[in-house]
Amino acid sequence: MPHRSNIGKRINVSHPILLSFLTHSHAPKLSVSDKMASGEVKLIGAWASPFVMRPRVALNLKSVPYEFLQETFGSKSELLLKSNPVHKKIPVLLHADKPVCESNIIVEYIDETWSSSGPSLLPSLPYDRAMARFWAAYIDEKWFVALRNFLKAEGEEEKKAVIAEFEEGNALLEKAFIDCSKGKPFFNGDHIGYLDISLGSFLAWLRVTELAASYKLLDEAKTPSLCKWADHFCNDPAVKPVMPETAKLAEFAKKIFAKPQA
Amino acid sequence: MADEVILLDFWPSMFGMRTRIALEEKNVKFDYREQDLWNKSPILLEMNPVHKKIPVLIHNGKPVCESLIQVEYIDEVWPSKNPLLPSDPYQRAQAKFWGDFIDKKVYASARLIWGAKGEEQEAGKKEFIEILKTLESELGDKIYFGGETFGYVDIALIGFYSWFEAYDKFGNFSIEAECPKLIAWAKRCVERESVAKSLPDSNKIVEFVPVLKKHIGIE
Repeated sequence: MPHRSNIGKRINVSHPILLSFLTHSHAPKLSVSDKMASGEVKLIGAWASPFVMRPRVALNLKSVPYEFLQETFGSKSELLLKSNPVHKKIPVLLHADKPVCESNIIVEYIDETWSSSGPSLLPSLPYDRAMARFWAAYIDEKWFVALRNFLKAEGEEEKKAVIAEFEEGNALLEKAFIDCSKGKPFFNGDHIGYLDISLGSFLAWLRVTELAASYKLLDEAKTPSLCKWADHFCNDPAVKPVMPETAKLAEFAKKIFAKPQA
Repeated sequence: MADEVILLDFWPSMFGMRTRIALEEKNVKFDYREQDLWNKSPILLEMNPVHKKIPVLIHNGKPVCESLIQVEYIDEVWPSKNPLLPSDPYQRAQAKFWGDFIDKKVYASARLIWGAKGEEQEAGKKEFIEILKTLESELGDKIYFGGETFGYVDIALIGFYSWFEAYDKFGNFSIEAECPKLIAWAKRCVERESVAKSLPDSNKIVEFVPVLKKHIGIE
């Protein structure tokens, strides 16, 4: 590093790494240049989709304005098919027209691209990050599948089995919350993060399922920490505007599940 | 203080191979512990109680599960040598997208090639080739999926190459005839020491398939 006389010189606080030290309590990381974070942001999605809700919360947390391009239920736009030719699914984030697909991947992209805006969405330690990713994968591959099965279950035996599976999953997540949050309100600590978003995005559908099944899926007696967390999550200003209203979602669910099963 | 790194693994697992390769790329010494999947050890059940699956990476006593999560973890813990993921956020998102695609698609269709018969097997073969062609198209004329450097997506896919001879035999077709560019990519990867050390001989996989089928009770 070149020697510089610092008599009379102020510390350059706008230097990315130094700014990072001062504004974030976690380990410093290279701040992204303004160039990387600039460019129009669009999100292809639908109001009812929990997967779409994820990047919306992330963009809100980072105070990034975006254009929400709503897909019509039952059809796929040209833009969607062009932007996600592999899966043809929502959400798709378009940043300066470059597509990013898969909700959890989009959330990480948002966190990395707008790293100097708002708190970090992932923990700073590699082990804690691995845990967050592990539980996010579990939520999508197992927990959500069990939730979906609730609506499909027919007959007492099947219903009992689905309930047991779901409650087992909830018990795991209750413990995961205690381990990850370390006494703070969110999985990510003081602020909503990747794992909070991954699970929280399902809360509206969970409520709709509770109504349809007449069964309390998130029970204060069984999972007190998760219930408290759900309250905090739903009341967060980054979440409230994009969380579907239960009544509206219930009506939508009736409509789409009224169709004969394929 | 030296790092203690243990890998609970199963030699034919294309998922375990990913973690082996990542550790080798980083020159990390690890204790490889072969697991019996039909008689799961107490340590496996303790370290991966949720899924009870391999591979499990145990770093200084703490377990990390899921192979691609392990690869990313290894890249973050040992960042100085051979970065496995790009530093640019957009490139990283693309790499993760393809890793996720490989996870969602390749194993399921491949399983039908050695595990199914008749129409089901034919459907599996067709889908498998389509998936490989999608990957081939993504690879394009690049040396590796990430471009000039070997990385995450290559690691996600290369383990399956050790099973190609078995797929060819049991599927009665030739993957190379359908996807020559992908085979060329695979041969480039196998030239890397980390990959050569981590992949089993293809003929051992061919011998293993009937044993596997017996274990899971098919044919």
